[in-house]
Amino acid sequence: MDEDRPIQVSKEACIRCGLCAPACPFACITLVDGFPVISEDCSLCHACVEACPEGAIAIREALGEVDLSEYRGVLVFAEHREGRVHPVAYELLGKGRELADELKEPLYAVIVGSGVGRWAEELVARGADRVFVYDNPAVATFRDDPYAALLEDLAREVKPSIFLIGATAIGRSLGPRVAARLETGLTADCTGLEVDPETRLLVQTRPAFGGNIMATIICPDRRPQMSTVRYKVMPEAERDPTRRGEIVERPADLERLPDRVKVLDFQPAEDEVSIVDADIVVSGGKGLGDPDGFKLIAELARALGGAVGASRPTVDEGWIEYRHQVGLSGRTVRPKLYMACGISGSVQHQAGMRTSDVIIAINSDREAPIFGIASLGAVGDLYEVIPRLIEKIKERRKVG
Amino acid sequence: MSKGLSIIVCIKQVPETTEVEIDPETGRLRREEVAAVVNPLDEYAIEEGLRLKERHGGVVKVLTMGPPMAEAALRDAAALGCDELWLATDRVFAGADTLATSYTLALCIGEMGPYDLVICGMKTTDGDTGQVGPELAEHLGIPHICYVNKVLDVSDGAIRLTRMLDDGVETLLAPLPVLITVTKEINQPRLATLRGRLSARKADIRQLTSDDLGGSPGEFGLDGSATRVIKVFTPAPPGGGEVVEGSSDELVERILEKLIECKVI
Repeated sequence: MDEDRPIQVSKEACIRCGLCAPACPFACITLVDGFPVISEDCSLCHACVEACPEGAIAIREALGEVDLSEYRGVLVFAEHREGRVHPVAYELLGKGRELADELKEPLYAVIVGSGVGRWAEELVARGADRVFVYDNPAVATFRDDPYAALLEDLAREVKPSIFLIGATAIGRSLGPRVAARLETGLTADCTGLEVDPETRLLVQTRPAFGGNIMATIICPDRRPQMSTVRYKVMPEAERDPTRRGEIVERPADLERLPDRVKVLDFQPAEDEVSIVDADIVVSGGKGLGDPDGFKLIAELARALGGAVGASRPTVDEGWIEYRHQVGLSGRTVRPKLYMACGISGSVQHQAGMRTSDVIIAINSDREAPIFGIASLGAVGDLYEVIPRLIEKIKERRKVG
Repeated sequence: MSKGLSIIVCIKQVPETTEVEIDPETGRLRREEVAAVVNPLDEYAIEEGLRLKERHGGVVKVLTMGPPMAEAALRDAAALGCDELWLATDRVFAGADTLATSYTLALCIGEMGPYDLVICGMKTTDGDTGQVGPELAEHLGIPHICYVNKVLDVSDGAIRLTRMLDDGVETLLAPLPVLITVTKEINQPRLATLRGRLSARKADIRQLTSDDLGGSPGEFGLDGSATRVIKVFTPAPPGGGEVVEGSSDELVERILEKLIECKVI
């Protein structure tokens, strides 16, 4: 193996146990006389490093570049949309407060929009020590260019050690743009964040490979350490109206704001609740048999006050629109209750819903993989079960 | 736009996961099942590039970064009708996070001639970040639009399109050149023809190494990455399930109990 490769196996330390090869999720390791040969496809994921009992596999670490001591505090982007703060911001403030307290550093929030000044007090009540407000009609609507420029400027001036953004459609578009401008690392769609007490680094956990694998990621020598954080994973910060904090009005220097993309129109989604926001999601799969099955799914969703989800095959067949699709190539949801009706539960579908609090599955196939992750699995014909279930729910509502 | 559009589509080769099985003992993908394919969400990017070329004339160039075997992904794109194949491959590119990947791709695009549009899939099915597109646009100094679900028209040096946000759909107008990432709603990818497959075998592949790109070696691959993966593990399976069989009435009763237990009714 070339010495300049970032991954190295020590011939001396390797005991030829062969544990590394099956540990590789990308099948990059072949054993030659028991010694691992790692192919060019290695993505340096560390699975083999973890698996090696002898510490014989090492991945080179990077060299420091930035004076890290200048960076202090946790900055939270409070996404504002159509006159309200996106609730993920309160979740970020809850987690941000925890991280800031552990580091004994301040918690900042930034909000951008028109008429958003009135939200500053709320962000303080939710834990921010200082709130930066860009309140200007020119940035009323989200656009990547000007928002990224403002956040870059703020991060360069305030120098937060950690910068958290909600992993919403907007956050996942804006976050990478800002990270690239700051030439720093961004970890996507985190589900866990903590501070390593020794190194004081942000330890970020996220699902990869459709949730089959969890990865722990750090950003050792660039700042800020940036994460987009999945919505509805962390609890919202408690509201404490007696908290005091500083509110800083920031001028949006419009002259130098890039603004290349024009918003011509916005059509709000027709559904009252999107599947991403819903506390209850009722999803249908190919087991429905035909597109009309979604009428039954919608009826059950209505009875429960939930939103309608769908598996990929039903969307591919044109039974229902793409915005309902749950899974790896659709939306990720984490409702309090997920009902999978006639869904076999492929790896890809599970990736989009397996972290739901409670999963109830109805499927006629006892062997369906969905039963492996369901809190409650009912083996039966959904066309017999669901209509009766709807009836019973309605009866109970009347009585209640 | 008499010369037509110059379109660059960025793709990635990923391990096939559609049929893949998880080993119940190790919780990892069964290695013998793993084949390499074009990232499924990139197929929509390729298709949209081809459709725009068919409508406006021009050329579709495909770019990928990866090991030499990623050539197969480019040939798949050629079989569908893409014109130029560009492979960025070099040992120093290995282990790149999204920052180093997008930096490298931006340098590659600098070698590929003038362009009007860069199209990427919404995300890959392996890394699952969706970050390379916007980061690449930043390195190129052009605007980007994520989650595009329809291109309405391209005229007078601008593109009009719609994109999906969490709460609705926006219609946007962007000047060219621009980078877009597309959802699977945007089109229905075509299948390769036999003739396409045959000619793709002979298609020319242009290789780019770090020597061709200039740039500083410390900015490629693992060394150029801001993030480090320090651990990979298999998540604990969610709440071990109770599975009930019986008459429909029994099933309904048990589901009702569960709904009451978790306080949704």
